[in-house]
Amino acid sequence: MADVTLMKTPAETALAQAYESAKTTLPGSVESRAEAFERFTRNGLPHRRVEEFKYTDLRALLREAAPFAGTPSADEARTALQNAKALSGVEALQVPFVNGHFVRDAVDFHGLPEGVEIVPLREALASGHDWLDRLSPVEWARQNPVYQLNTAFMADGVMLRVTEPVDTPIHLRFVTAGASAVATATRVLVLVEEGASVTLLESHESPDGANHQPNDVVEMIAGDRTKVRHIRLNAEGDRALALSTLAAKVGAEAEFFSINVVAGAAVSRHQVFALLAGENTNARVNGATMIKGGQHADSTLVVEHAAPHCESRELFKTAIDGDSTGVFQGKIIVPHHAQKTDGRMMSAAILLSEGGTMNNKPELEIFADDVQCGHGATCGQLDEDLLFYLMARGLPRKEAESLMVQAFLGEAIEFVEDQDLHDVLVGVVEDWLRARA
Amino acid sequence: MLEIKNLVVQIEDKRILNGVNLTVNNGEVAAIMGPNGSGKSTLSYVIAGKEDYEVLDGEILLDGANLLEMEPDQRAAAGIFLAFQYPLEIPGVASMTFLKAALNAQRKARGEDELTTPDFIKRVNAAATQLEIPKDMLKRALNVGFSGGEKKRMEILQMALLQPSFCILDETDSGLDIDALRVVSEGVNALRSPDRSFLVITHYQRLLNHIVPDTVHVMHGGRIVRSGGKDLALELEANGYADYRESEAA
Repeated sequence: MADVTLMKTPAETALAQAYESAKTTLPGSVESRAEAFERFTRNGLPHRRVEEFKYTDLRALLREAAPFAGTPSADEARTALQNAKALSGVEALQVPFVNGHFVRDAVDFHGLPEGVEIVPLREALASGHDWLDRLSPVEWARQNPVYQLNTAFMADGVMLRVTEPVDTPIHLRFVTAGASAVATATRVLVLVEEGASVTLLESHESPDGANHQPNDVVEMIAGDRTKVRHIRLNAEGDRALALSTLAAKVGAEAEFFSINVVAGAAVSRHQVFALLAGENTNARVNGATMIKGGQHADSTLVVEHAAPHCESRELFKTAIDGDSTGVFQGKIIVPHHAQKTDGRMMSAAILLSEGGTMNNKPELEIFADDVQCGHGATCGQLDEDLLFYLMARGLPRKEAESLMVQAFLGEAIEFVEDQDLHDVLVGVVEDWLRARA
Repeated sequence: MLEIKNLVVQIEDKRILNGVNLTVNNGEVAAIMGPNGSGKSTLSYVIAGKEDYEVLDGEILLDGANLLEMEPDQRAAAGIFLAFQYPLEIPGVASMTFLKAALNAQRKARGEDELTTPDFIKRVNAAATQLEIPKDMLKRALNVGFSGGEKKRMEILQMALLQPSFCILDETDSGLDIDALRVVSEGVNALRSPDRSFLVITHYQRLLNHIVPDTVHVMHGGRIVRSGGKDLALELEANGYADYRESEAA
């Protein structure tokens, strides 16, 4: 019998070589990396015949795997951060990463807000820190090839612990700098201990014209009675292929709100794996995506109601211009015992041009018999009658369209209670609309 | 002055207007009455610039300028205002945001400076008080969850703010109770001036007791079939439109 050799794409070969040469120099124990990489190589880069990647064929999109970025010099890091603009103007504790490396000089470790601890991940991995046991809390993520790649290659990041209600938002600022393409695999673990609360900001940016390939993971364990607000902005450059994952395990009687606002990157895929592990928790996961040209933006979501009496709301809004493509794949899972679950998921897209595409795939997987769950998906154009009404009042067509798109995306942003933050996100939408006018 | 000359309009191959001729002078309040399906609402949409209609012949001039060559927003900036029979609900757009955007867009089109926020708010509040519109209504999304009467009052508020030179009221009385009719009519009457004209479209004479017209025109089968003074409305109220139907049959 002949040996069966799996065909490997150049990108898969490059990743395998990169792993071979990096595995001995990356910090920490080799075992978990080896396991993740082994799981990844079993199937390789996911392609369109893999259901979860049907609309975002990574094997086709990732033709060449960029080399992993080295540690930037202090000067390079400083310059990159000086040029960083995303979510600036919001008062927050800055926790910056340049090319996947935590810039510890930019953090005043002695002046951290009460109840906040930060441990650099590289050192923690090297020294075998206690909190490492709490990495990878969500099985859905561990099964995911994008997450597996991050686990195999993660070189740096932070572990962040919040032990009481903290007012100052914490801003995880991811910057990929330089003109030549690099890959990053940053990992952030956030531990929100019982009764604590935190607002976590996350921004991702890189220069236009650079084919950077960030693959960043933020994961979180939020204990009972915690309150988490997570606001994420993708402001990547126009050539970036940006993969990202939010994995969260949330305890009882908690509030977990997350929104991802997407304006950047040539190709982006943001995955959310939320595990509601305690009763009476309230989760909201939203997305506001605005794309144009040939952009491709994928929002993939799994919310597992692993405990009874939880409520979740998912609202994803996508504005599609030019020849761009939007993807929404959302799944709510309710196991047998999770009675009295209340879950509602909605994805709505508007097509502002002839050439745009939206792929909507909402799913419910319900095994319990006493639940209220629903999902919906819509895709359409702006209502001509409404446009006429606005124009009859003097608004030129583009302005009328802008007002309606702003209202449309605004519904996903509305729940951000902090007025400054809300206004910054509205500003992102306004900038996008101005650029298309 | 608005001049409509031999206006012929169809929608999806169906002829609606068959040569409308109408002149409304500055300061004049002209009423158009007529049975259902006579083309009254079509006329108002065509003046305001709705896309669905195909103009086969004729012209519409506002102070000599050809409206048919303009986009709806340009017509608005030129002075046209249509108070909709069914004002549309626009979720997510706060009424105040909308009012300010509309006002400033028109000012910009006319080469005027944008209004400052305090100046804008002062004007809105003055107009809202007169129309008995509570402030919290202005904070809500435009027309969303408004009652029929509230929507119509909001239309008149927009009219008061935008100060158009030619106002079209398309069945503004429909869906209004007596009190709301009074408030809306008073709002309209307060805007009457020597350089502002009105085209009031209605089925019933009732509205014309409150907004007293200078001229009354009867529309039927896509034409103006009779014109007269305000007494014509009373005559129609007494006799109905049957005369015109018979004349058509004959």
